[in-house]
Amino acid sequence: MDLPSDVEAGIKRALKKERKDSHAYWVLETILENAAISRRNDTPLCQDTGTLTFYFGVPVGFDTNAIVAHTRAAVAKATRQGYLRQNTIDSVSGASYDTNIGSASPVFVFQQQARKKVEVRLIMKGGGSENVGLQYSLPDFSINANRDLEGVRRCILDAVWRAQGNGCAPGVVGVCVGGDRATGYKQSKELFLRRLPDRSRVKALARLEERIMKDVEKLGIGPMGLGGRTTLLGVKIDALSRLPASFFVTVSYMCWAFRRRGVLLGSEGGVHRWLY
Amino acid sequence: MIRELEYPFALNKIRDLTVGQRVSISGKLFTGRDRLHKYLFDGGKSPVDLKDGAIYHAGPVAIRRDGVWVVKAAGPTTSMREEPYMAKIIEHYRVRVIIGKGGMGEATRNACAKYGCVYLQAVGGAASLLAESIKAVNSVSFLSEFGAAEALWELTVKGFRAVVTIDAAGRSLHKRIERSSRRVLEKVLK
Repeated sequence: MDLPSDVEAGIKRALKKERKDSHAYWVLETILENAAISRRNDTPLCQDTGTLTFYFGVPVGFDTNAIVAHTRAAVAKATRQGYLRQNTIDSVSGASYDTNIGSASPVFVFQQQARKKVEVRLIMKGGGSENVGLQYSLPDFSINANRDLEGVRRCILDAVWRAQGNGCAPGVVGVCVGGDRATGYKQSKELFLRRLPDRSRVKALARLEERIMKDVEKLGIGPMGLGGRTTLLGVKIDALSRLPASFFVTVSYMCWAFRRRGVLLGSEGGVHRWLY
Repeated sequence: MIRELEYPFALNKIRDLTVGQRVSISGKLFTGRDRLHKYLFDGGKSPVDLKDGAIYHAGPVAIRRDGVWVVKAAGPTTSMREEPYMAKIIEHYRVRVIIGKGGMGEATRNACAKYGCVYLQAVGGAASLLAESIKAVNSVSFLSEFGAAEALWELTVKGFRAVVTIDAAGRSLHKRIERSSRRVLEKVLK
């Protein structure tokens, strides 16, 4: 699966900010070259073909069991053809599954919609980036974070610093303020469905997104953590309601090898329109 | 300037490398990740001779066509997971080159200095590009025991790109960036 055009454009913009003799420039150039080779050879952008999360928007009365069965068959086929790595492990026995069909693989998220067409979006997220995700419970005195937006800012910067290059920087962070532990992670990941240039509809969060981008540029972690100005390509923040007792800030990290596709299916099942 | 490194990796050439230098590797590479490192650490016998060799932290996407393995994607995986095992493996097998991403910790850095080994960072995620430098799959071990991603693949590469981030004098670019970014972070959070 290809690099989305907004992400590729973000990497090209980042390249212009880095010095030509720097590691940052070398890494970003390599990333763009890799995207071109992957496109030309029809080979995986990254060998970690990741957790496959399918987001479906379906009309009332739609048979979700059928689309789950079709999707699982498609994942198995893509694995056999070498588009996906054998990337799913039995957590108890340690055995590797042949075709990536496991109890939590692929992941399905359904949302019922008023319109008649079926919307399908897919995010592929590698383990390196998944491992650097973090959830904070505020107040967190270890980073001096209270239950306010300044506290949220501290959590995000702490998470980005801890990740260093390990999430395959420059990545994109999705942040959910509030919710419970499970909805916090779920929402933070759904933010990866958004394009890079868009801003949060909540003004205070849009301002925080801009602030974080400025702060992060100063850190100097750079592409793959080898130094440079480009540590993140973007940050997306959203908020969910919460219990009085809980204040979670959940940070998910998406690597630069950001694999996102979406399609609107017509009533006959064919492609009506690509969403990205 | 890009340094050419060729298997078997001679100790004097390895000692000559400095943090920040870019290298181009040719010859044999052995892939290994969590399962293999644990196995070797526990005293398991290596099916290949690792002396003066390179361990590449990677789990490739490989398919078999007409009995021949073809690697379609093979970027580095996070090396830090092998930190508990790496120093002992460097010492025991006299591995000269570790390739991965994200750097490694103190024990590995010390082992690099003591026994003469370097850590190279390849560009994480650049799997199609790195796969193009793989010219042949010589063999694969532990395929059924560990699975394709964790198996030990012996590869022949040409022009495999990486950068030295921990050298045999014990210098670490990762450590340097971690410290400098920490200082900035503290200022930003004031």
